[in-house]
Amino acid sequence: MELFKIIENVATELLKLAVTKLPDSIEKALLKALEEVQSDVAKTQLQTIVENFTAAKTSLLPMCQDTGVVSFFVKVGEQFPIIAELTEILRNATIKATQSVPLRPNAVDLFKGNTGNNVADYIPWIYWEIVPNNNVLELIAFPKGGGSTNISKLGLLKPGEGLKGIKKFIVDSVVDAGAKGCPPYFLGIGIGGGEDIAMNLAKKSLLRPVGEHSKIPKIAELEKELLEALNELRIGVMGLGEGPTVLSVHIEVAGRHPASLPIGIVFSCWADRHAGARIDSEGNITYLSF
Amino acid sequence: MGEFRLTTPIIEDAVSRLKVGDTLFISGTIITARDEAHLKALELHNEGKLLPVNFEGIGVFHCGPVMKKNDAGEWTVVAAGPTTSARMEIFEDEFIKAFHPRIIIGKGGMGTRTTKACQEEACVYGAFTGGAALLAANRITKVKDVFWLEELGMPECLWVCEVKDFGPLVVAIDSHGNNLFLQINEHVKANVTKVYKQLNII
Repeated sequence: MELFKIIENVATELLKLAVTKLPDSIEKALLKALEEVQSDVAKTQLQTIVENFTAAKTSLLPMCQDTGVVSFFVKVGEQFPIIAELTEILRNATIKATQSVPLRPNAVDLFKGNTGNNVADYIPWIYWEIVPNNNVLELIAFPKGGGSTNISKLGLLKPGEGLKGIKKFIVDSVVDAGAKGCPPYFLGIGIGGGEDIAMNLAKKSLLRPVGEHSKIPKIAELEKELLEALNELRIGVMGLGEGPTVLSVHIEVAGRHPASLPIGIVFSCWADRHAGARIDSEGNITYLSF
Repeated sequence: MGEFRLTTPIIEDAVSRLKVGDTLFISGTIITARDEAHLKALELHNEGKLLPVNFEGIGVFHCGPVMKKNDAGEWTVVAAGPTTSARMEIFEDEFIKAFHPRIIIGKGGMGTRTTKACQEEACVYGAFTGGAALLAANRITKVKDVFWLEELGMPECLWVCEVKDFGPLVVAIDSHGNNLFLQINEHVKANVTKVYKQLNII
């Protein structure tokens, strides 16, 4: 098969995988939450969640009707033979997956309304990374639902507010989110860089498997400290006041302007959906685990 | 906290027995309506025009489903979980007063305006587990009709669904002025100071 076709098929498959099968570490986190939960209210909700994602996995149907706005993380080696055409290939794969999975048409043009095929100006969005001296393509499909997108936040703090300001912004954002984005949440946080970079890092941090902490010891500590404290808010599963509120906190940090302290928070609902694969120049495919 | 099973059309007495925290299962008819369908329905109502559906006594479902036509050309449901109800807070009270549904189904809760309308019109709000779209779809036994599909698109149009034991729904707003999510919000606000201290913010 031509490499073009292989990439298109893999991208279509990744969208299907993402919406029908949760990453292993996310599934494990939800099962552990169900095992540990004491309250009956939270247990019923978590049981419903687990039954639902299990049904999705076996029936190969989307676990949630909101199959998200489609984005892809693309990491491509400079020696990989197909680069310029990737955007077109990923747009075609998205149209195909919309039909075959099926995905809900979720791309809305400001003036023309729903495009009906999940493709629109800039959508699917592609996060590009070019890798020198390399000939492999890494693709990650990351469809993101509207509920948890609507509660995500950007804070442009004063540098003098420091770590306390950062922590306060995170606590207040989770309080604001409340029940609206389908907790228990997975939190992606980006600190520093700039207004767009902080949000970008926040989203990217969600690709790190749950249970894996930042390699920077102080940040790893902060992740653990926040996870424990945020659960004391007791928003609870589905916002019903009982059981876990947040299952994981991921933080990425970038250098910043001396006058700026940006912080981005990307919430994921319990259905933190993504799937990835590597394709080499010969068309050999390896699926990634998260 | 009790468990209740109701069939549409639901009478006022049945609704007034429900209290926040109760578990509820619905059989009969529910119709999906989100932001755009609420807007359009209210516009038509205000112009004195009739809707293609009758919401009286039945359930309104905040949901933008994934639907698929089968080989016989009939619509079937693929995935149909609830969407965030808070978006509909800006006009749900008007909607309840105009069309008299008995139950609003969604996720994440609604505010004081909806609570007041529920009390005045004998309506309740039931929260379904967010994201549990396949379990919800399994309880929809038939897609009976669809309206405004061309104009509003698949997520926003009106899907008329026949359901059997649709739930479990947690009664989060009852017809007596109680609102479970607003009560929980108060508890969460009280916890904030404790969390600030725990994180050495104050």
